[in-house]
Amino acid sequence: MADAQKPEAKPAQPAPPKAPATMAATPWESELTGMLKEHFGDRIPEFCTYLGQDFLVAQPEAVVSILEFLKLEADFDYLVDITAVDYPKRPERFDLVYILYSFPRNERIRIKTGIQDGYKPQSAVGVHLTANWLEREVFDMFGIEFSGHPDLRRILMPDEWEGYPLRKDRSVTDMDNRWVKENLGIESGQ
Amino acid sequence: MPDTFLDSTELVINMGPQHPSTHGVLRVILKLDGEKVTGTECVIGYLHRGVEKIGENRTYQQFAPYVDRLDYCAAVSNGLGYCLAVEKLLNVEAPPRAQVVRVILTELNRIASHLIWLGTHCLDIGAITPLFYVMREREEILNIYEKYCGARLTTHAFRIGGLEYELYDGFEAEVKAACDFIAPKIEEYERLLTGNRIWIGRLKGIGVLNAEDCKQYGVTGPMLRAAGVKWDLRKAQPYSGYEKYEFDIPTGENGDTYDRYLVRMEEMRQAIRIVRQAVETIPDGPIMGKVPKVMKPPVGEAYVSIEAPKGELGYFVVSDGSVMPYRVRVRPPSFVNLQSLDKMARGSLVADVVAIIGTIDIVLGEVDR
Repeated sequence: MADAQKPEAKPAQPAPPKAPATMAATPWESELTGMLKEHFGDRIPEFCTYLGQDFLVAQPEAVVSILEFLKLEADFDYLVDITAVDYPKRPERFDLVYILYSFPRNERIRIKTGIQDGYKPQSAVGVHLTANWLEREVFDMFGIEFSGHPDLRRILMPDEWEGYPLRKDRSVTDMDNRWVKENLGIESGQ
Repeated sequence: MPDTFLDSTELVINMGPQHPSTHGVLRVILKLDGEKVTGTECVIGYLHRGVEKIGENRTYQQFAPYVDRLDYCAAVSNGLGYCLAVEKLLNVEAPPRAQVVRVILTELNRIASHLIWLGTHCLDIGAITPLFYVMREREEILNIYEKYCGARLTTHAFRIGGLEYELYDGFEAEVKAACDFIAPKIEEYERLLTGNRIWIGRLKGIGVLNAEDCKQYGVTGPMLRAAGVKWDLRKAQPYSGYEKYEFDIPTGENGDTYDRYLVRMEEMRQAIRIVRQAVETIPDGPIMGKVPKVMKPPVGEAYVSIEAPKGELGYFVVSDGSVMPYRVRVRPPSFVNLQSLDKMARGSLVADVVAIIGTIDIVLGEVDR
């Protein structure tokens, strides 16, 4: 973690030869983390801060109970967003990110969890209704299926679309070529 | 009389995607019992352009013009949110002069966006006249944009780290003149609409969403404030120096369509108030912060959100240390707010659905991305 700070020293230099491979996050300690540690123990292995933004890394099974706990016990009553990030080379391929906000505390935190391809995380619709469309979009774009979701269908892409566009192995030009070939019968020229 | 006399079968009708009151290409499948709506289902994605995927294939600077195409009625706000997110990752801040200019242009954009909302909302309800008036007032704002950066709608007015262009001569005077021109017109609209019996009849008590529902559905912006929650990101977590300006957060009580109308009208007045303060205090100095030509933010991630005209607009940007973002997630207010349509429309009449779609103030470019 400590050596990750070094390349920042001279921003005017053309480009450092090797960028640090991990996020230079620092540990996050507060009253809230104490509460969560006491309640969830090992199921939340990391509490971090990066650029003044707090986040915690949780085990995938625990996410929905953490959301519920935060909503009921710590006033995190507004689920801002659910999204995912694809890291194809990692064994835990996807990072699932939940962004939460609390109106009474005026605080924003993120919950991150790494999941394998094919793992079906529990749906958060029972805790926050807004999760419905947000999870549908994550499913549509990444192919992550949420178990217990009331209506898990594609939302932005056409129903007959094959594959999941925001996965890193989907290239923009390949998707374009395929569509043009199938529908117009010509080479797209891209 | 037999009970079956008034029985009716459920009727499913399709509204849109080519329907003038759906503000673009929104398709709503309505389940009706007579004239009453018993359920709705939104079909979206007709305008999906894969903006988030494009972001992964462009450099940080190259992607900036694309975000203007999300909410094209409030392109400047979109640009501000994206620039702030990347600046956060780079750990730089725009210089004071750039920040004030950003506030002026964004607040003018809020007025322009609300004007378009007002015009189209009136048109949906059946009042055609205000549409022409709002276009006239909006023109003043678009002219300022055109003179400043050459574009009227998808402006790309801001750059990561500050501004590209210095202000043109007479900018301050023109902004002040635009404010002086628009302020009395807002009163004019209110005289036309606020006490109008038809307007009240069509809006009062329609599409009610109380504070608890708003939080459950993640609804933000004027819709949340109309439900009585005094929350505005410009006050709650100020960015770009909003803490320096005096302005109020208007709130409603009932959370219905009429209150949302009043909240947006008051927001326009408050935006003018901010612009008037800001234009008097534009400091001298550089307009561009110290950002590298080749942007390679250190590995990390940041979520930055702003109060766009429609609600909380957030950008979650992940950097892997290369010139291109590893992931750009746009958290659009319209998409999340639209989800509450079903809750609001259930039990209302078909004609009210049009009013409810109008009151959410969606832009399909942002819903579908």
